[in-house]
Amino acid sequence: MDFFRTHILSIVAFWPLVGMFVLFFMNKHNRQLHRVWANIVMFVGFLLSLPLWFWFDFNNSDQFQFTYQTRWIQALGVDYHVGIDGITLLLVLLTTLLGPLAVLSSWNAIEERTKEFYAFMLMLQTGMLGVFISLDFFMFYVFWEVMLVPMYFLIGVWGGPRKLYAAIKFFLYTLFGSVLLLLGILALYFIYPGIAAQQPAIAAQFGAAPTFNILAFHAIAPFLSYNFQYWVFLAFFVGFAIKVPMFPFHTWLPDAHVEAPTAGSVILAGVLLKMGTYGFLRFSLPILPEGTKHFVPLMIALSVIAIVYGALVAMMQPDMKKLVAYSSVSHMGFVMLGMFALNPNGLNGSILQQINHGISTGALFLIVGMIYERRHTREIAQFGGLSSVMPIYAVVFLIMTMSSIGLPLLNGFMGEFPIMMGVLEENIWWAVVAGSGIVLGAAYMLWLYQRTMFGKLDNPANMKLPDLSLRELATVIPLIIMAFWIGLYPAPFFRALDKPVVKLVQRIRPEILQGAPVREAQTQGVTR
Amino acid sequence: MEQFFRLQDIGSIAPELELTLFGMILLIADLLIVEKRKIGIIALVGIAISAGFLYRLSGYESLAYGGALVVDQFSWFFKLLFLIGAALSIALSLKYLDIERENHGEYYALILFATMGMMFMAGAVDLVTLYIGLETMAIATYILVGFLRGSQRSNEASLKYFLLGAFSSAILLYGMSLLYGISGSTRFAEISTALSSRPINDPISLMALITLSAGMLFKIAAVPFHQWTPDAYEGAPTSITAFMSVAVKAASFAMMVRVFMIAVYPLRPHWVAIMSVISIMTMTVGNVAAITQSNVKRLFAYSSISHAGYILLGLIAGNETGLTAIPMYLLIYTFTNLGAWAVIVALRRKDVIGEHIDDMNGLFFRHPTAAVLMLIFLLSLAGIPPTAGFIGKYYLFSAVVQTNHIPLAIVAVLNAAISAYFYLRIVVAMFMREATEKTGMAFAPGLLTVLAVALIFTLWIGIYPDPFISMARQAAVLGF
Repeated sequence: MDFFRTHILSIVAFWPLVGMFVLFFMNKHNRQLHRVWANIVMFVGFLLSLPLWFWFDFNNSDQFQFTYQTRWIQALGVDYHVGIDGITLLLVLLTTLLGPLAVLSSWNAIEERTKEFYAFMLMLQTGMLGVFISLDFFMFYVFWEVMLVPMYFLIGVWGGPRKLYAAIKFFLYTLFGSVLLLLGILALYFIYPGIAAQQPAIAAQFGAAPTFNILAFHAIAPFLSYNFQYWVFLAFFVGFAIKVPMFPFHTWLPDAHVEAPTAGSVILAGVLLKMGTYGFLRFSLPILPEGTKHFVPLMIALSVIAIVYGALVAMMQPDMKKLVAYSSVSHMGFVMLGMFALNPNGLNGSILQQINHGISTGALFLIVGMIYERRHTREIAQFGGLSSVMPIYAVVFLIMTMSSIGLPLLNGFMGEFPIMMGVLEENIWWAVVAGSGIVLGAAYMLWLYQRTMFGKLDNPANMKLPDLSLRELATVIPLIIMAFWIGLYPAPFFRALDKPVVKLVQRIRPEILQGAPVREAQTQGVTR
Repeated sequence: MEQFFRLQDIGSIAPELELTLFGMILLIADLLIVEKRKIGIIALVGIAISAGFLYRLSGYESLAYGGALVVDQFSWFFKLLFLIGAALSIALSLKYLDIERENHGEYYALILFATMGMMFMAGAVDLVTLYIGLETMAIATYILVGFLRGSQRSNEASLKYFLLGAFSSAILLYGMSLLYGISGSTRFAEISTALSSRPINDPISLMALITLSAGMLFKIAAVPFHQWTPDAYEGAPTSITAFMSVAVKAASFAMMVRVFMIAVYPLRPHWVAIMSVISIMTMTVGNVAAITQSNVKRLFAYSSISHAGYILLGLIAGNETGLTAIPMYLLIYTFTNLGAWAVIVALRRKDVIGEHIDDMNGLFFRHPTAAVLMLIFLLSLAGIPPTAGFIGKYYLFSAVVQTNHIPLAIVAVLNAAISAYFYLRIVVAMFMREATEKTGMAFAPGLLTVLAVALIFTLWIGIYPDPFISMARQAAVLGF
């Protein structure tokens, strides 16, 4: 038990990889075995990750917990170093929740080459978890790149008609971003020893040798020159913005989403996009506060464009999946907008909205996937009046539509509301434009719902569609529960986020915390 | 001047002497042994013994033959690399040459002679020694490229390579003669002293630098001296292409490092500028040209051109990180590239050339293991972790970032991303297209060994590179 407790993060992260190796030894043709095994592995992976929620010390959610550190590459100063704070706690749990659902949803959808499919799904899971738990920048980068390969295959082998194009576009876009990210990391790596030499406190804590320790980079942030921060921010920006994706870099996303199999889309929207926003939160903001502040106008502008543009394009899509994909662009614009409001409300909302987006967009992709499995088309014009043949489906779809457009009592509202508050505190015009995005969002989602679910059931092909099976219900019910939980009682989530967010704001704009109740000081008093 | 010859100097070239001896034994054995595969095995034994001698020299440093040849960690590492490259190439050839119906004893002897030449190149600190080593390697390689005497393609490749090679050697010699004229000596150290006593913009020094660089850049196939590479690589027997792309390239870099870091080091500001431009061109042209290739051998030829561009970054950085990165990268490249070539060699069957990218179609369905191995080698070539290629690229990029060559670093990383595109084309063919034919691959024990060794090292260096980095670090120190 002690072993489990000290190594829980590594176990959670590498468990799917173990499952993958076992899968290798299975008969190529025994599809049932692959499915069952992959589902078991993923489900056990989820159970393994649950103790994180209960053992996590919410009173110190800004501290990294469950940490484990050991040398990996002596010569380069690379450590195997894992740990999570309140932000990554939520992201890790989101990943371990969506993973099993994505795998479960593939039960019937994937008929060919099942062994490889599930192997790549499991590998992807390890890659994503590794990204979130890494506290060493080199290790982070390795996981960040490693997970490109399984995703590439998921799109390229099991995707739609234009899968090869979509897969290579996804791969190259992300790779272009991440190699520039690597340069940024190297710049930090080489500047560290010089700063550590002048700051005995930092050297005492993290050593004087070059390091990739993310905490050490956080510590040297105040001593980085403006010029340095400017350029490194740009390098990071390209890497992370492509992943998010932010406005001019978003073109890979609709292709990848539309061509990817349902499970791939769920993971892509639910978790992969969060890696970009997480990158900003963990690296750009705290390590490069001056650079961040310098680029706020640009970031806000791009976010606002993404919100409105994504929504407008989504409205015009004839394909359901493409519509949801563009809605992702719009929603991720919200996440970025809240983040770059750079105040506690905006950041809190931004992080919660990442989780929400994972839940509701993940669910919407599942929902689209279900109808695609039945009709082998996603064209909105093909549908209409489905609510009369598939009532349960209609209810599920309705809940998730409401969640996506931010109806109160559901999760979306709990994310959007603090974002809007945070943005209002900064600039009313940003809030106005962003607000129009909410209206547009409601419009395209409701319109989609209306066109597919209501109206006359006039297409003969739709007359005899079966309603949701138990398995399909099992894939969406956890997400519905989460949507209501966050919508009705978000306190535990904000409790996990509050302190890390205050700490973040403290690094960037300590002045705005003066007016607010000084939570940082209070907690420090308690711990002392 | 030191005494030219001391008895212990024989010991310092024992591995080379042993290889020469074995090469001659092979030539005689060729008359006696009918089954030529056995000669290949004898050659492998010869390499193993040579490696044994080399092992005994580890940590030994000496300036032999009155300062013409040096035994140091740098040359030790490279000699090991050549032996590995030669051994794996021979293992690749055993069955392949049977398929090509050109299994002759002198093939193996020539590989040993070429390797011996390379070992002298790595240790040379004297222009004459260097040149003799270079030509020994080059002449043996010219013959090997044309070894498929029935094939017009091979003959053409050999002739082209020979003509351009001879031309470049002449230019190199011209540069060397200028250096001799400046310094009155062929020793690197004395050339360096002479150069540093002249003004930095001295036209004769510059002339010497430019001609010397041109000759050497030809050997590493840097743009704009790269045109021979695709033809030579395509026409040569595939096993020789593999040998050229790793061992010959490594030897040329060993020579370059020594000449540029010692002999013409006083002109460093000039050659850094030249090499930066060359490096950018080499990376970009290599990668962009590779995108349009449909012949796998040509594709890999362009890929190897671009890799030469990356390796030049280490020389440009010129600091400890850069000089560690070069041997490190070449070590990784040797294993990864030989692994990839081994898969291509396996695709060559009695009447199927197996070189077109379409021949790879659906490889995964026919030979899943071969396809997965190829995938790992390709990812390593593209520099995706957790394969060795990532560590190699990481090291080179970190060297240029450390020395503040930021624009160069940006071009380099973008090129790494471009290169992923054409490596992925092969992946697409292997995994995502239907198989066009059902014929099998030709796996032989030697080839399987190469694949296994390449795989183990590609993953080992990628996941736990520490022991290899410390080896390369020691190698980064140029003795004397």
